[in-house]
Amino acid sequence: MIIYYLISAFIAAMLIWNFIREKQDKEKMLLYLIVLIPLVLRIFRMR
Amino acid sequence: MEIKMSGNWTIKSIFIIIILAITIISAVQFYQHRHFQLPIVAGPGVTKVIKLSEYNERLKGTMADTYVFFLEGKEPGGKVLLLGNTHSNEPEGLLASLIFIENAIVEKGTLIVIPQFNNSGSRVTHFGDGYPLFFEIATEWGSKKFRFGDRNAAPLDSWPDPDVYVHYPDRQLLSYLDVRNVNRTWPGRPNGPLMERVTYAAMQLMKQEQVDVAIDIHGAETMFPVTNCIVAPEKSMDIATMTSMTVTAMEGFENHVEPSPRGFRGLSHREIADHSDVMPFLLEAPIPFLDQPTGPKTIDLLLDGKDPFLLSLAKQKKLFVPYDESGWPMEKRVGQHCSVVLEIMNQFSMMTPDREILVNNVPRYAEVVEKGVGFFYHDPSQAKKDRIYFN
Repeated sequence: MIIYYLISAFIAAMLIWNFIREKQDKEKMLLYLIVLIPLVLRIFRMR
Repeated sequence: MEIKMSGNWTIKSIFIIIILAITIISAVQFYQHRHFQLPIVAGPGVTKVIKLSEYNERLKGTMADTYVFFLEGKEPGGKVLLLGNTHSNEPEGLLASLIFIENAIVEKGTLIVIPQFNNSGSRVTHFGDGYPLFFEIATEWGSKKFRFGDRNAAPLDSWPDPDVYVHYPDRQLLSYLDVRNVNRTWPGRPNGPLMERVTYAAMQLMKQEQVDVAIDIHGAETMFPVTNCIVAPEKSMDIATMTSMTVTAMEGFENHVEPSPRGFRGLSHREIADHSDVMPFLLEAPIPFLDQPTGPKTIDLLLDGKDPFLLSLAKQKKLFVPYDESGWPMEKRVGQHCSVVLEIMNQFSMMTPDREILVNNVPRYAEVVEKGVGFFYHDPSQAKKDRIYFN
């Protein structure tokens, strides 16, 4: 089971990295953060 | 020193604040829902309370472990197991079970009640449908608050899901979600996925306690044909038929009988029948809230079952139950379950007098409809502390 949390953390890290790198497209910036929400909730075992 | 923030980071900061606020608000709500403890007042008939993990130690320490209430009579007799909240978005089972736990006096035989059979499922909300997290039932002393859960166990407790759930022992291929559906995992395995461990524990309970009758209380959509009925396998059919006829004639509500399908595996009424000597029954009452073509999934819709879209469909004869402006209120649904459970016990006692079970002080349909469900719940603040079980 722990490997799925590691995968979630990896995907979350990639989304944060892409969010930081994004310079122009505001829509993409917002979408990276929205997609991040369920991953963060799972990593912290809220949902 | 002057710190300059680029326009790029200004908009990013605004987005971060908004998303952080949404995440924190969601996290707090989900945490409060998952950890809310429902006080259950053990009534005068409760003689023993244990955990389900007593019958399968692999449940200990998991969110799926749950309380088992024993109501033992003065005289020996038959034994009946009552399961509530098998699907935690069908709360009629829990509400009816609590009426038995808080009020029933067993004169003969034993009544065993598991009010929150899918404890994990009651601690997560349904994905994507905007379900309320809690609902309240009005009582004489205020209101009693309940978690409103999901059909399946929480992914936090049973994860990851397989691509396809392969049922044990029949190897029938079921939906991946059914690995978390405690009414698809019967008869279960001691070391299987979490819901299989729950059903295995219940099978062990029935075997060790020599249970005669198992009643699994559910609810179903008004647009689903298997609703407002008793589902029974072959060996339970006589009692189910007599029960259906009796409640229809004596109490004025319809409750037909549906045969348990042989080819659909994992269901309580099928597997308990095939893997034990117990006579299983599954009760369904209509829940308009669960239908797809309704308005918003509000607490009012859950409690009174009134919906204009369903009313329109009823006029086009698209529903499988009678439906009018009065909806399908909770009192009717819980009252039906109380009456049908009592009548199954009555019919079983008449057919097997040496295993008679006699239960008093439980209201029937008309009384629940008249007084409301909450009338039969006791105030936890007035009860002795050692008679309150939080779950």
